Amino acid sequence: MRGGAAERRGDVRHSRIALTTATPLEVADPSQEDLAAVALTREEYTVASRALGRHLNRLELGILGAAWSEHCSYKSSKALLRGLPTHAPWVLQGPGENAGAVDIGGGLACVFKIESHNHPSAVEPYQGAATGVGGILRDVFTMGARPIAILDSLRFGPLEDPRQRHLFDGVVAGIGGYGNCVGVPTVGGEVYFDASYSNNCVVNAMCAGVVEHANLTRSRGAGAGNLVILAGADTGRDGIQGATFASVELDADGDDRRPAVQVGNPFLEKCLLEACLELAGHPGVVAMQDLGAAGLSGSAAEIAHRGASGVEIDVARIPRREVGMTPYDVMLSESQERMLLVVERGGLGDVRAVFERWDLHADVIGVITGDGRFIVRDGAERVSDLPLDLLIDGTPERRLASARSPSRSDLADQDAMDFVAPWNAENALLRLLASPNIGSRRPIFRRYDHQVGDETIVGPGGDAALVRVDAGARALALTTDGNSRYTALDPRRGAMIAVCEAARNVVATGARPLAVTNCLNFGNPDKPDVYWELQEAVTGITEACEALGVPVVSGNVSLYNDTAGSSIDPTVVIGMVGVLDDVAEHCRPGFAVDNDLVALIGPVEAELGGSEYQRLAFGVNAGARPALDLALEKRVQDCITDAIHSGLLRSAHDCAEGGIAVALAESCLIGGRGARARIDEFGSHVQNASWEAGILFGECQSRFVVSFAREHLMRLQELAVRHDVPFRGLGATGGDRISITGRIDVRLGQAREAYESALA
Amino acid sequence: MKFGIAVFPGTWSERDCAHAAHLAGQDSVMLWHKERDLRGADCVILPGGFAYGDYLRCGAMARFSPLMESVIDFARRGGPVWGICNGFQILCEAQLLPGALVRNSSLEFRCEPAWLRVENPTSPFTSGCSQGEVLEIPVSHGEGRFVADPATLDSLERDRRVAFRYVRRDGSPVGDASPNGSARDIAGIVNERGNVLGMMPHPERACEPLLGSVDGMRLFECVAALLNGAGTFATAASR
Repeated sequence: MRGGAAERRGDVRHSRIALTTATPLEVADPSQEDLAAVALTREEYTVASRALGRHLNRLELGILGAAWSEHCSYKSSKALLRGLPTHAPWVLQGPGENAGAVDIGGGLACVFKIESHNHPSAVEPYQGAATGVGGILRDVFTMGARPIAILDSLRFGPLEDPRQRHLFDGVVAGIGGYGNCVGVPTVGGEVYFDASYSNNCVVNAMCAGVVEHANLTRSRGAGAGNLVILAGADTGRDGIQGATFASVELDADGDDRRPAVQVGNPFLEKCLLEACLELAGHPGVVAMQDLGAAGLSGSAAEIAHRGASGVEIDVARIPRREVGMTPYDVMLSESQERMLLVVERGGLGDVRAVFERWDLHADVIGVITGDGRFIVRDGAERVSDLPLDLLIDGTPERRLASARSPSRSDLADQDAMDFVAPWNAENALLRLLASPNIGSRRPIFRRYDHQVGDETIVGPGGDAALVRVDAGARALALTTDGNSRYTALDPRRGAMIAVCEAARNVVATGARPLAVTNCLNFGNPDKPDVYWELQEAVTGITEACEALGVPVVSGNVSLYNDTAGSSIDPTVVIGMVGVLDDVAEHCRPGFAVDNDLVALIGPVEAELGGSEYQRLAFGVNAGARPALDLALEKRVQDCITDAIHSGLLRSAHDCAEGGIAVALAESCLIGGRGARARIDEFGSHVQNASWEAGILFGECQSRFVVSFAREHLMRLQELAVRHDVPFRGLGATGGDRISITGRIDVRLGQAREAYESALA
Repeated sequence: MKFGIAVFPGTWSERDCAHAAHLAGQDSVMLWHKERDLRGADCVILPGGFAYGDYLRCGAMARFSPLMESVIDFARRGGPVWGICNGFQILCEAQLLPGALVRNSSLEFRCEPAWLRVENPTSPFTSGCSQGEVLEIPVSHGEGRFVADPATLDSLERDRRVAFRYVRRDGSPVGDASPNGSARDIAGIVNERGNVLGMMPHPERACEPLLGSVDGMRLFECVAALLNGAGTFATAASR
């Protein structure tokens, strides 16, 4: 891994020659091809060259292209994202850092973020997903927090297509391969399969970590004269222009883009993680910033800009993996497992000693300056000189046209209740349990180490995961959620539902929702309907977050999820963190005891719009999206929280895809016992087949299936009245059958077989 | 008594093992891979992880570390050494235990509950268990399929050196529910003297009711009772 010093010096000399021959430093008006190569428009280039008063050389053009890429600059979404609620008394760090941070009590903070790695995963699923995990881990430990949990959120086309199976297997193996090796448990996540993802998979990874408030490390590289240190892996040619790659549509043959995908080394990441955590809180360490999109160019610019300073980097001092690399290659390489630190001169010895202990390079590659410029040298030669303001704040924001998609609005206007399957209710339940979108995720999560750390109280397979903090009483509830069938029908309502469902999952464990990280996966925003979807989705997130009192503290936008002109369904993924002060009070989703009562808390409506039932039976997504009343949602969540903390509930499970029948069956399967239920008193409609399907399998929101000891019935009913939420008795637990009077009566074993077959 | 817990750069179970030792009422110290001092440890744990990344065979590089020189010496003198997961792999590579651990028969990583039948309760590591007792202890590995030539397997059986065998929850043969396809369903073995145990499952993850099982605690308590008691581990091992 470590080349000798002489070898490295050799590389440097070589590359300087290469620069003067292969990449001339002359400034010149770039050709259309030059601009296309760095994904800049002529207008954008003109803005930059006017501000600068001159043309840019090729290296400067590369640095500018990366900084102004959609991936780094959010130039298409920035204006929309400003509306998100980001403040609350418990927010320690909102958007604008490597990750968000919230106070979780006891002097501790939870640092967390979600990020997409869709484009790399589509090309090279194992490495794309693995480096996605690596990147999100670094975002968390860069802030001094020890990562305690990874979650994912995945979308693929239908698994009958062998190519989708290949992508799915590769992505799951990549997430496991990286997380398992680093030793951070992957505790939860979600996956959906839909034809809209057949050409563009979605791979989002979330990480949460914990740090003492005092050790929370920012990326503000202030203090002229402080040293800039590059630690971790050597720099190679991998992933050059990855940020640009993630900001354009995939070609029909994405394989040509393979060199833009990076390769991960989780062992190196583990060493880097431990070394950085040893240094978090060290008085000589001013700032840390990992190298992600746009490599050193992006990180050095960000760390200096956040520190309101300038920076000068000497590429000749950067250890390389291969010979013949130009300053362009070095500055724009996205080689993984690297970290940038700003260190006071007096702290250099300590910093070096820590990296030495972990057998990692830590080289001084530059210095913080006070002049607001981003200067790159190659030894004595100045090869790039750009103002930081221009690079970071100067991106011209794109004003895009917005128009509701006519095709999608047609769908939403159809009456979903016209679609009733030819199956009886029992058959429908078994088909739903066997659906890849509902059935057991065990074939995925048994490939993830979800236990390392000895803190996983509730692992994958339920609602939110529950991870204890430092073997104490406090625990964090963590979840990722998003149903793109709803967002396809109505992006605003769908986004609201994603936030509410995430909160419901957190609340089902007994925890209090604290904050959100979001990942917005959309198509090409230049299409007015895609931009409209994005606009609507952000509005939906804002409304739901405000109603539930949870701020957004970090997030990521992935656009251009298109191939050959067709976009994915708008995909809003909400990652949420909640806190439970006493883990002894936690609640689980499975029926725990025989002969308990079962009830539905929340509204009942016979509806089928956007449901998994509808997709399975007719292969369509039509009708009005599920109803949602945010005020009722909040009351239902408060009622559940109250009931759990009063010790009234033995189980609580969010009622989601597949409706009441599936929620009931899941609580049976997780708890390993049957249940008898009645729905005949539900709703006032004529009790025909569409009423039955709508009640059993409709995906009406704001509901929980709960179980409790018989003696608590009165108190629970009183609680429901006090919170003004509907409460309906469903039945009782026990036996080895799931029966809904006269409609469904299946053996638990038969249901389990269906459930476990979904992804097998 | 004091557990010494080996820490290679890619180790990730050291804190879990220290937590389990603490729950068992015992002290522990971390043993850094670059050092040779065992820091007065009465029992050395080689915990789970990916010692040096394990890009070569698992444990193939770890056996050459300075720390392992001391651990091998300690084991040869009869000191108790307990390899868990990656630790078992390292013990095989170091030839303190026979056989090898290769890719799971599923060709996938597996993290799931497992049930182990105690095959020899006279071994010092299992001296508090009863013959045939079934312990619920999870596995978490990609390369845990124990293999050895038939003669070695026969001698392990004959000398009662199979410590644990994978079974179903009810104690019946594991069959195709084996987490890794190990030869003869072997989950853990001891050396000839009985002072070196290697096992793929993670007992340190089964020490609290909140985590789903307390069966792993039995093993920590066995070792502690023996080392805190009158008899030394070596005399127990030579019984």
